[in-house]
Amino acid sequence: MPMTDSWQTAEIPGPKKASLIIKPDIADALISRAKRPIMIVGHGIIEYEVEGKPLIDCLIALSRKAKIPVVVSASTNKEFLSRGFEPAAIMSAVEISSRLTDPEWKGLDGKESYDLAIFVGLPYSMQWTILSGLKHFAPGVKTMTFDCVYHPNASWSFPNSTIKDWAANLKGIVENLED
Amino acid sequence: MSRKSVNFTIKEINSDLAQFRDLNITIGSITRERWEEPMGPTPYPSLTTLRSWDQRLLSRYKPFYMPFCDLCCLCTYGKCDLTGTKKGACGISMPAQQSRTVLIAACIGAATHISHSRDLLNHVIATSGRDCPINVGGTSVEVEAPITRLVCGVKPETLGDLEPVLDYCENQLTQLLAVTHTGQEGNHLDFESKVFHAGMIDHVGMEVADIAQVSALGFPKADPEAPLCDLGLGTVDTKKPVILVIGHNVPPATAIIDHLKETGLFPEVEVTGICCTALDVTRYSPRAKIVGPISWQLRYIRSGVPDVIVIDEQCVRTDTLTEAARIHAPLIATSEKNCLGLPDMTDETVDAIVAGFVSGKVTGALILDPEKVGEVAVATAMAVAPKRKKHSVLPTKHQLGEWAKKCTQCMLCRRACPNDLPIAQAIRLAASGNLSGLDELYDDCLGCGRCESACKQKIPIHSLIVAAADKKTREETYCLRSGRGAIQDLEIRKVGGPIVLGEIPGIVAFVGCANYPKGSREVAEMCMEFARRRYIVCTSGCSAMSAGMYRDEEGKTAYERYSGAFEAGGIVNVGSCVANSHIAGAAIKIASIFAKRPLRGNYEEIADYVYNRVGAVGVAWGAMSQKAASIAAGFWRLGIPVVVGPHGTKYRRMLLGRADKDADWFVYDARTGEKVYGGPVPEHLFFAAETKEEAMVMVAKLTMRPNDTSRGRANKLANYIDLHKRLVGGIPQDVYRLVRTHADIPLTMKDECLLHLSGHDWKESPIPDPTLLPRMVHQKRGD
Ligand code: SF4
Ligand code: SF4
Repeated sequence: MPMTDSWQTAEIPGPKKASLIIKPDIADALISRAKRPIMIVGHGIIEYEVEGKPLIDCLIALSRKAKIPVVVSASTNKEFLSRGFEPAAIMSAVEISSRLTDPEWKGLDGKESYDLAIFVGLPYSMQWTILSGLKHFAPGVKTMTFDCVYHPNASWSFPNSTIKDWAANLKGIVENLED
Repeated sequence: MSRKSVNFTIKEINSDLAQFRDLNITIGSITRERWEEPMGPTPYPSLTTLRSWDQRLLSRYKPFYMPFCDLCCLCTYGKCDLTGTKKGACGISMPAQQSRTVLIAACIGAATHISHSRDLLNHVIATSGRDCPINVGGTSVEVEAPITRLVCGVKPETLGDLEPVLDYCENQLTQLLAVTHTGQEGNHLDFESKVFHAGMIDHVGMEVADIAQVSALGFPKADPEAPLCDLGLGTVDTKKPVILVIGHNVPPATAIIDHLKETGLFPEVEVTGICCTALDVTRYSPRAKIVGPISWQLRYIRSGVPDVIVIDEQCVRTDTLTEAARIHAPLIATSEKNCLGLPDMTDETVDAIVAGFVSGKVTGALILDPEKVGEVAVATAMAVAPKRKKHSVLPTKHQLGEWAKKCTQCMLCRRACPNDLPIAQAIRLAASGNLSGLDELYDDCLGCGRCESACKQKIPIHSLIVAAADKKTREETYCLRSGRGAIQDLEIRKVGGPIVLGEIPGIVAFVGCANYPKGSREVAEMCMEFARRRYIVCTSGCSAMSAGMYRDEEGKTAYERYSGAFEAGGIVNVGSCVANSHIAGAAIKIASIFAKRPLRGNYEEIADYVYNRVGAVGVAWGAMSQKAASIAAGFWRLGIPVVVGPHGTKYRRMLLGRADKDADWFVYDARTGEKVYGGPVPEHLFFAAETKEEAMVMVAKLTMRPNDTSRGRANKLANYIDLHKRLVGGIPQDVYRLVRTHADIPLTMKDECLLHLSGHDWKESPIPDPTLLPRMVHQKRGD
């Protein structure tokens, strides 16, 4: 299937579409360049593995390495807690995303607005619509998705990938990041 | 035409001929106003009458738009790209375009209910007469039409009195639709206010429909012990001729029951239904059976069980004719709004139509006379059943395996599936003889058929799923308490205090369609959980069916386990979509009957009361339709929050409060007129949850109101914290925002709450007598 078709065939995007993360370096550069990144994690991550390890472990490693605060939606919190990882906030996807459209909002710690929001694991169509909201109404926030399918409304997205390619990419992103 | 179209009121006439006071004249008839309550400030509100109320709500719950399409294609300038700050050729911005689309959806929804209401009212007036009294609960229900009284300022006494109410709705709807024309409204908040107006009008239309049918068709009248009826595919006696009714407008289905009774054939024929017509036909005769929600259409038809299919209006699959033809079941269309290209046979004799069906020369007919539909459907079912022999198009186990072997694993099915179900994986398993994957899909499948349309190998995927789940379908033997209609005034008097004081933590209404992310079962589980926690749980529409499609550890369904009374721990099925009006009506009646707030044409004050004091929340877990959009909008204007499932983000916008912005949450203290903090409750007005767990925790939070007494707040907090601990993990991070005084802290959670508060610079704050309306200051009435 074409790499940049919406995963759900009918979720045709508008004229502005996500650029592709085809190599880990691209994502690493974007993450390193971001002053204030944040990661928003939905319940769908539970079902994925990256090269034999649960995806959640990979996300925790990424968060720790790149010092990215993690916002989890309700159902995923326990999974993080059980791994000794305390998310920065438990908040629904629509709540955190609507806050991201507010240029006055100074983030969870009240310090500064975020400039990069990484999304992963929300139901596809929900993430699609939420990213659309940010595409139009959060000009100061770039968005990136870590799912194995193409999300046209993000600023950067993985292409539709096999689990193997996607996992290798994700692993590469975490490994390449400077401590 | 004897329709009332012109109406005016004369306060007083003294002439030589006669003396009149409070004379209400309408062309065609004269009625005397007998309602003594003084008229409130806003009878028959126009598009802008309640604009300032809407703006108060919208300044707190700012829209978060999530465009579902970046373009506008409504005029020939277009398509216009509205990305970001771009404007369309007409000058429209993206926020305005999104709210305009929401308004279009709300207008479609309201038009559908109001038109349904008009058809129903015309029908019952034709059969029972214009003077037929409105009776929704005998002496138990004196406030028979709370929404109509509130919005229009009239007290309908007969079916005829409902006609001018619908005239008003139709008038407003035309105005609202006009607002969406190119170059009309340009401000998104004004569009949103009109969305609320459409919702309010929709609720009036729904109320008229339901009180008309309850009054004229002998449905249960506010009966907490309305009969239990059969629910589920497995309850249908497939040895009998079977009639299937689908849709929302019940007269053709009641005519079928009437004819079966008249001919003595009822014991020999099964009347089964899908969607709201099913709910309403069981209100007419509890011997009718409900097959399931809207998503059961394909699976039931393809099973071959129905011998005749009778459709009316709304949410009927538009390919029903094709599906019916595949199983050789004649189809009867009965609504002018849904003719499906069929020949109009209304004026032909029953015998001729039945003969056409039996010979197979006619596969479908449009019959616009409910009585004739009754006769034709019964005669046809009797005649074709022996010939059809329940012709099914579901594959046998062997055929299923053969189909599965054709799969190329292209994934197009999954990419078409709204729930992103792992279809290809399941089919691969099936090709090796293992049906467990397909069987599992059955639980989460919406029955939309999109996977089949996508499959280039033409594999009938949905049929494969249903065939693999054969055992499950046979075991679908549940029950549902048929729709009781209104809530009794006495029930309101009993629970009004406990609700406003918070001993009952809230009213949670599970309403709307079946576009669920993970099947029906989640609705049943949520209903039972809240009933166990002593909330008042209401159900309606497809959600009312889903609520019953699950058995607990003891093998009981929600309706067997819990009472049907409007009380703590009750599960109250009000009925079909239009019966949602009784849920809004109950909230309004708490304000008017329990708190004695004036009702007549007094929208703002009542909404202000409901918003600040009545902890009601709607949950439309599978909201799909435009009607669901207008129903939700009617709740929003009343200040009742609505939670939807993840598919609900496709409604394009949420109405979200900002708990972190103290300035957003000021209310007037009615005792002093001072502006005081009253927040952040209820935190949101329209919220999409990602999972059932997120929804449940949010529902518990959204029942909080600024007026909660400490006892009430403690009870609500106890439920919120407990659900959060169980489903999310740990104490919620925002407890400090929700505890106002030490007395608000739940006793059993004291230590952990105090520890939490100590980390948040928390201070006690007073509990206000809250209102958003400056004019309500110093007007406190005895509540
Ligand atoms: S019919 Fe079921 S499996 Fe097929 S696309 Fe619809 S929801 Fe998915
Ligand atoms: S679309 Fe058809 S061929 Fe493709 S994976 Fe699905 S079932 Fe197989």
